[in-house]
Amino acid sequence: MEILIPVIIIALVVAFIVGLYNRLVTLRQRVREAWSDIDVQLKRRHDLIPNLVETVKGYAAHERGVFENVTKARAAAVAAGQTGTPQERAVAENQLTAALRTVFAVAENYPQLQAVQEFKDLSENLTATEDKIAFARRFYNGNVRDYNTALQTVPTNIIAGTFGFTPEQYFELADATEREVPKVSFT
Amino acid sequence: MAAAQSRLNIYDAVAANRWRTIALIVMFTGILTALGYVVGEVFAPGGGVAMVPIALGLSGVSATASYFAGDKLVLAQSQAREPAPGEEPQLRNIVETLSIGLGIAPPKIYLIDDTAPNAFATGRDPKHASIAVTRGLLDKLDRTELEGVIAHELSHVVNRDIRVMLLVTVLVGTVALLSDWMLRSFAWGGGGRRGRDRGGGGMIVIVALALAILTPIVATLIQLAVSRQREYLADASGALLTRYPPGLASALRKIAADKEALEVANKATASLYFANPLKDAPRALDGLFDTHPPIAERIRRLEAM
Repeated sequence: MEILIPVIIIALVVAFIVGLYNRLVTLRQRVREAWSDIDVQLKRRHDLIPNLVETVKGYAAHERGVFENVTKARAAAVAAGQTGTPQERAVAENQLTAALRTVFAVAENYPQLQAVQEFKDLSENLTATEDKIAFARRFYNGNVRDYNTALQTVPTNIIAGTFGFTPEQYFELADATEREVPKVSFT
Repeated sequence: MAAAQSRLNIYDAVAANRWRTIALIVMFTGILTALGYVVGEVFAPGGGVAMVPIALGLSGVSATASYFAGDKLVLAQSQAREPAPGEEPQLRNIVETLSIGLGIAPPKIYLIDDTAPNAFATGRDPKHASIAVTRGLLDKLDRTELEGVIAHELSHVVNRDIRVMLLVTVLVGTVALLSDWMLRSFAWGGGGRRGRDRGGGGMIVIVALALAILTPIVATLIQLAVSRQREYLADASGALLTRYPPGLASALRKIAADKEALEVANKATASLYFANPLKDAPRALDGLFDTHPPIAERIRRLEAM
């Protein structure tokens, strides 16, 4: 009988630790799933850009600098997508957004281009994709916040420290865009 | 901070709705069993016990059926159709974008070819969910207003409101059907033939009659009680999702101004809709029998955000 009480206490403590550990794993898993949502949309944007460049080129071939810029920015974003951390990707994507804006700014000078159905479809698709990136980012950051908060608060912080859970990075796109001055070059 | 608040509320709402689902099934099983027992006693004294397993079986079947196939039933009854591929790209984009913001798979989209502006969501969880919108909604609302309405409906999906609403709709229908059937069988003389020389018989008939009349009313009140507070919550979380409460408020204003009734809606499905589709709601017992909170109050709360 005397032996039973410590056994019960140990069992309860173990169950408590297992529960906390599993909660952290669930939260981290949510962060990763949310990240894959962002990833899908970023890739979709990368896929749309070559078509856009080709379409606009057909009407504004001499705006070469703009196309080079956006192509370079896209390549950098794709490269960051393969190896980069969320922060590095955010920087690259942010430059791509700025470059894309110059493409649309150029396109505004060509009324014939505005009337082409393919261009209309592309810009609707790109707008929708940017919306989706914005919403995916918000969902991801919400999950990161939940996870990081759990890492810092009692009692999960003890478990996190013991089992080596590390905080995840936010994906800060909007702030970066505001700070970044778009590099417009019409050479 | 506001976003953290809304996430918390969603998890709370999910937990509350899980309890509600269980409570509803237990309650309706109880009502059906009581009905079955009393009916059994009326037709053959001592036969009530025999009716209990039948009643239990019946409530089990109807709860299971509404859980797994109720959404298809409701969609079929509302004459909703799947849009052709490439039809309504804007609606599709809005649904996909907002679903990403909530981290769920986009629900299936259905169209109702009716000019009254309205919408509803149904299903049992976010993986098995559908959103139906009317042609009138697409024609009369602009993009931000449509986003507001879709965000409201998606909130019902994530909160698991759709499951509770679906169960209530189908179970209330079953209870109404049964008591209707009981009343009919009394009408052509269940008690009259053999009543007089049997002491307790008269009493049990009165109880049965009372039950047959009262249960549908009680069932309806339960249905209404679960449905109103939920609309405010869906408005609030929808507005939080789009970060633009005026969009939803303006959609509500347009829908309130529209006097057309939705022909494919009926009393059973009315509580599923974004706004009350039956424009002829009785004014006398307003507080008790409205399926939806007053639109003016919904707009006021959105504007206060």
